[in-house]
Formats: sequence, C-alpha cells, structure tokens
Amino acid sequence: MPHVITVDHSLCRGCNLCMELCPKSIFQDSADIGPAGLKVKEVVSPDNCTGCGLCELCCPGAISIDPLPHEVFTSICAEQKDRLVERPARGGWKQVNSLLTPGRYFMTGNDAIVEAALAAGCRFFAGYPITPANEILEEMSRRMKGLGGKFIQAEDEIASVFMVMGASWAGLKAMTATAGPGFALMQEGLSLADMAEVPCVIVNVQRAGPSTGQATRPAAMDMREARYGSHGGVQRIVLYPDSVQETFDLTIESFNLAERFRVPVILLSDGYLSHLSEKVEIGERLRIYDRVYVPGEPAFGPTPDSSAPSMPRFGDGEDLQVTGSTHDRSGKRSTADTSVQENLVFYLDRKILSRREELLDCEEMFLDDAEVVVVAFGTVGRSARWAVKEARKTGRAVGLLRPRVVYPFPSQRITELSKSGAKFVVPEMSQGQMSFVISQCITNEVVPLPQPNGQIIDPRRIFRYLTEGEW
Amino acid sequence: MNVRELRESCLRQVRTTFCPGCGYEIFINCFLKAIEGLGRRMDDYCFTAGIGCSAWVPNNYFRADNFHTAHGRAVPAAIGLKLANPDLEVITIGGDGDLASIGGNHLIHAIRKRVPIAVFCLNNYLYGMTGGQAGPTTPLSSRTSTSLDGNSEEPFDLVKLVLSVGGRYASRYPTAYPHLLKKGIESMLAADGFRFMEVVSQCPRQYGVRNESSAASSMIAWQKEHYLSKEKARGLSSSELNGKLVFGNFRTAGEYVQFLTEEQ
Repeated sequence: MPHVITVDHSLCRGCNLCMELCPKSIFQDSADIGPAGLKVKEVVSPDNCTGCGLCELCCPGAISIDPLPHEVFTSICAEQKDRLVERPARGGWKQVNSLLTPGRYFMTGNDAIVEAALAAGCRFFAGYPITPANEILEEMSRRMKGLGGKFIQAEDEIASVFMVMGASWAGLKAMTATAGPGFALMQEGLSLADMAEVPCVIVNVQRAGPSTGQATRPAAMDMREARYGSHGGVQRIVLYPDSVQETFDLTIESFNLAERFRVPVILLSDGYLSHLSEKVEIGERLRIYDRVYVPGEPAFGPTPDSSAPSMPRFGDGEDLQVTGSTHDRSGKRSTADTSVQENLVFYLDRKILSRREELLDCEEMFLDDAEVVVVAFGTVGRSARWAVKEARKTGRAVGLLRPRVVYPFPSQRITELSKSGAKFVVPEMSQGQMSFVISQCITNEVVPLPQPNGQIIDPRRIFRYLTEGEW
Repeated sequence: MNVRELRESCLRQVRTTFCPGCGYEIFINCFLKAIEGLGRRMDDYCFTAGIGCSAWVPNNYFRADNFHTAHGRAVPAAIGLKLANPDLEVITIGGDGDLASIGGNHLIHAIRKRVPIAVFCLNNYLYGMTGGQAGPTTPLSSRTSTSLDGNSEEPFDLVKLVLSVGGRYASRYPTAYPHLLKKGIESMLAADGFRFMEVVSQCPRQYGVRNESSAASSMIAWQKEHYLSKEKARGLSSSELNGKLVFGNFRTAGEYVQFLTEEQ
C-alpha cells in the first residue's frame, strides 16, 4: 500500500536532512522559502517510499507519514489525559510528637541542629565535610537511616545544594550544612532556590575568613554574604541563634519558614556555638508546617497576595516546569518579556518583605530609656547581654537589641529606637559588617566595634567600651 | 503514531526553536519513538537539565516533570530526586560542555555513587547556545569562536571516560543513524543502574560553519563516513579502524578499548 507523506511548510526549516537521509530520494526543494529563510521541501515520488521513517526522525515535526485517522489520534490523546489521578490537597500546620523523649538534654550546637531538623521533618541531607560543620554531616549519616530518610555525602558543596533542591522537588524537607568556603560555593544553587522557589534549609557554621582563614575559629564574617552573596540579590530569610537551646528552636523555625515561604532559609551558626555544649529543653509536641499543595494551582508566583504558591512534587502528574530562567506562573520560560521578569523579581522580594512584621524576632533588654543601644547578632549577643547588664549596674543607660531573624533586617525596629537620638554600637566578630546595614537605616551615630581575630568577643571588652569608651 | 503525532501528544509544542538541521530534533524524535516502543508515556519519566541548547529539549518541550537547573548541575539534582523518591524514573539530559566540563566532577561521582539514573549527553562538540566556543569534546584542530586557529586541547572521549571510572553502561550513537539511536535509547531506558549515552549530534549553525560543512546534510554524511557500529568494527584491523569512531553500547572499559587505535 502506498504511503501517505505530507510536509507541513509552516514547520519545515529547509535543512535538507530528509533529502540526505531518504534512500529513495522522494523529497526535493520546492519553490517556496520557509520561515527559516531556506527552501522548504516537497514530496515528488511518494510511490517509491518504503515507510522506513528516516525522514520523519530527522525532521522538526514537518513530515507526517501515514497519520492515524483524526478520531483515533484524538481518542488516544484523551485517554492519556484521563490517566491523571485525583489527588487530595495537602500541607499546612500540624502538631507532631517530639522524636526525642521530652526532657532536658546536654548537647552541642551542631547536635541540636540535627535533632531539631529531624524533629521538624527533615528527611534528606546532602553535605560535604568542612570544619566546623562536620558533626552535622556525621550525625546526619548516623541518624537519618533509622528514620527512613536519605543521607548522601556529595562530591562538593555545589552538588550538595543541588541534591537538596532535587530532593525538595521530590517532596522531602531537605537541608545541607557547610561553612565559609562551602557556603560561597553554594551561592549559585541558592540563587536558583530563590528563583524557582525551592524550600530548603542551609546551615552556615561561620568561621574566620577570608578564604580558609582560621577553619576552627568562630567568626561572623558571612553576615552580608548570607543576604547578598548570590547573583540576583533578592530578599532572604536568615536566622542566627545565640545558644544551643535557641539553635534547636530556630532550626525548627527555619524549616517552618522555608516551607511557608518556599525559600531557602539560611541558618547561621559559628565555630563557637557549633561546639558549645549546653542544656536544651525539649518539649512533648512541636508545631510543624508542611508546604501546601493544591492540585491544579499554578506552582509559581507572583501570587495575587504575594504568598507562597502551591508546591506539587515530581510524580504528582502536574507536568512541572521548574526553571531558574524567568518564567510565568506555570513555570514556562518567558525570558523575553520585561514585565514578567520585573514582576517576578519584585514578587520574590515582596513575598518576604510584605510579611516582615511577622518575621520580626528580636531579644530586647533595657531599651525604653537607652541612650546607647548595643546591637548584637548570634554568639556576640551572649557577651553583649552580660556587658549591658553590668553597665546598667553602674548606672549607664544602655540597652540590647539582638535580632534572631537577621534578615529581613529589622530596620523598622531600629528606626523606632533611633527616634530618642540614641547612639548605636555594634560589636561584631568581623571587621564590621552589620554596622553598615544599621547605618543605612538611620542617621544616628553608629559605632562599629570590630573584632575579626577568630575569637569570641570577651564580655569585659564590651563592658569596658560601654563604661570607658575604649575598644 | 507517527513522529508528528508523537510530537503533538508528548511535547508541549510541536514547533521548537532549534536551528535548521539541528541534531537535537533527531534525538527528540528518537526519544519519542523509543518510549512509544517501550509502551511508556512521557510523564512516566521526570527530567533534569543544565544550561544550553540541550536543556531546552526537556525543559521547553517534554510534557513531563522537569527541573531546569544551573549549568552543569543537572546530575546532582537528578540524584536528589532519585534518592528522595526511588519510584521516580529520573533522566538527565545535558550537553557536552554542561556534563563534561562544568559538570564533569558531578558526572564521574554519580557513576561512583551508582545512582540509578539515565544520563544523555547531547554532544555537539562545542557550546552552541553561547556562540560556538570550544568545549571539552571539541576535536583537535577544529575551529570554534575561541579557537579560530584550531583547537589545541585534547578532547574527552566520553564513553571512555565513563567506563574508565567504573561506569557499567555507556553507549554512543550518532544522529546519522536514527533507527539505531532509537533502539539505543530503548535499551537504555529499559536497563537499570547508572546509564550514560553520548548522542553525537551535528550543530551546523556553530560548528559546521566554522569547519567547512555548514550544511547539516554534509555533517550527517561526515558522521556516516567516520562512525562505525561496534558490530561492523569487530574484526577490523587497527589500520582499518584508524580515523574511525565506534558506536554502540559498551559495558566495560575492556570491551570499548579494543576498538581504539593507538592515536586514540
């Protein structure tokens, strides 16, 4: 039976491959020029066709050999669509039992991160050895198995963060842990996590830099990188605890925030806090948030209210298009449209900024009448708290502001406190990074108290500054 | 279904943006035919891709779950997906620069980790999307936009690379033999474990124009002249194999190296 062959001239690019591959020379140039500017092909001797299919295999969809009757084709297509399964919506807040027996524990900061992550539902960990975050990797390798989770030691930190993102799209809560140089390697992946709205938790146990610096010594030298390190520079959620108890609590909070906002959440620690052993109280019940999925809803923003969009997982049958390129709400690339790009970037910022009141979380002490406000982050807060208390005993009007959520930066709170005309002092285990962030919010005097020597700041040094003005 | 119908039912759109004569169209068509031959659906699989023309194949066109990651990072993303949900059938589609240069470390470690994913490397011998720069597979002396006097760096033989680090499934098919490519894809998708395929593909727009074969048809003719199936190559003498490249499916380095001449 002769074969029916047609060439759709709207799709023919004139590449000549059909002419090259056809053993029976049934194609030739037509007189028409196609959309690609080359002569489109036509069939000259269909009777010679053996139906070998070489031509259609090399063609961008223009050649059609022996098409099915239209009804048959449409019924096959319809049948394929019918195989979509009905899925229930899922996600939201829930109460879970603590994995550990409730009670009082003595553990290190790194162990607290592992225990809290597992309690929050983390079931995927990928990581690469780096000091001072190694214990998280090691402990995860030991603990994950018993909980049916997945652990993998990656070939580098770049792979770690991409494995985490893959696992996140497969539906698991996923995290990785690293330190300075490894965190730098992850910035490429984090930018994709921002753009493709991939929930995950990245622990950065800060150490003294630049570069390898002092691998075993504490520092807070990635405070700006955590927020601004990635290309694109959209808003991030960054947390920094000051104790092992708070490390436990903020790790759970990090997962809840990552799942609620569909963002990478950066949990900062440092070489001191990670190895410090302290008391941790673990309660019976935990409040946990799971990402929300509503079948059929668009999987990406911008959502009308700038909240996180529904998040399907791979295998749900949504035919997800996940990309780091500019995309519309379905995930389809739309890189030529300036408004899609602009709306997307503003949305990614607004997703976090429109809820900054809710994200405000600061420890505050003696701020009502403070003439000097000490702003401290993470571990430095421990030293600052003692120094402020002692300085108060000597009658100085000093107070403490310690943001647990570092970003979005609590600029509104800083602005309120500035109205009294107070001076702001910022002790930091760095050359001075956050003092600049504070200066940007206010016109008051902001004094950086830098100490980039790889040591925690001696509380007495801050006290001496507060009482004698010497740093 | 014929290829046109498969494209209508399995692709997000029949019309693609590849240049006239691009070998990636042949890969797409052979892939569609292969899954039809296996009685599978496009959305039985999920895909990860890196950056480059190769990444557009699944991300823009395949109607299935897919993750378009950053340049070179498709393999770790695939590992994350597969480990997190072993029921997913995860396929990575990348280019030569993507998988063998910026993602080279991820590729060799994925082989070592024995994660059961299928990796297709669409090898067009250079960086097509960015303007035709030399890459890890650019043949010696080939002209590219960054090697105008001819490439002076040794190219990777990707099949040899994969087998030499312990890969147990490495295949190579040129787009000049679509039926064999389709069969190769079928066997690969039906197999288990870590699988790798180098799809040797013509890029007339970037590679061809700089190397005296700007027509896709003459690049295909070149492939036919230089590529021999392992069945045909078996039993040929070293001098007969000289200048030829062997394709097919290889399970061990020993099986592959017998086809290499001293220069290779």
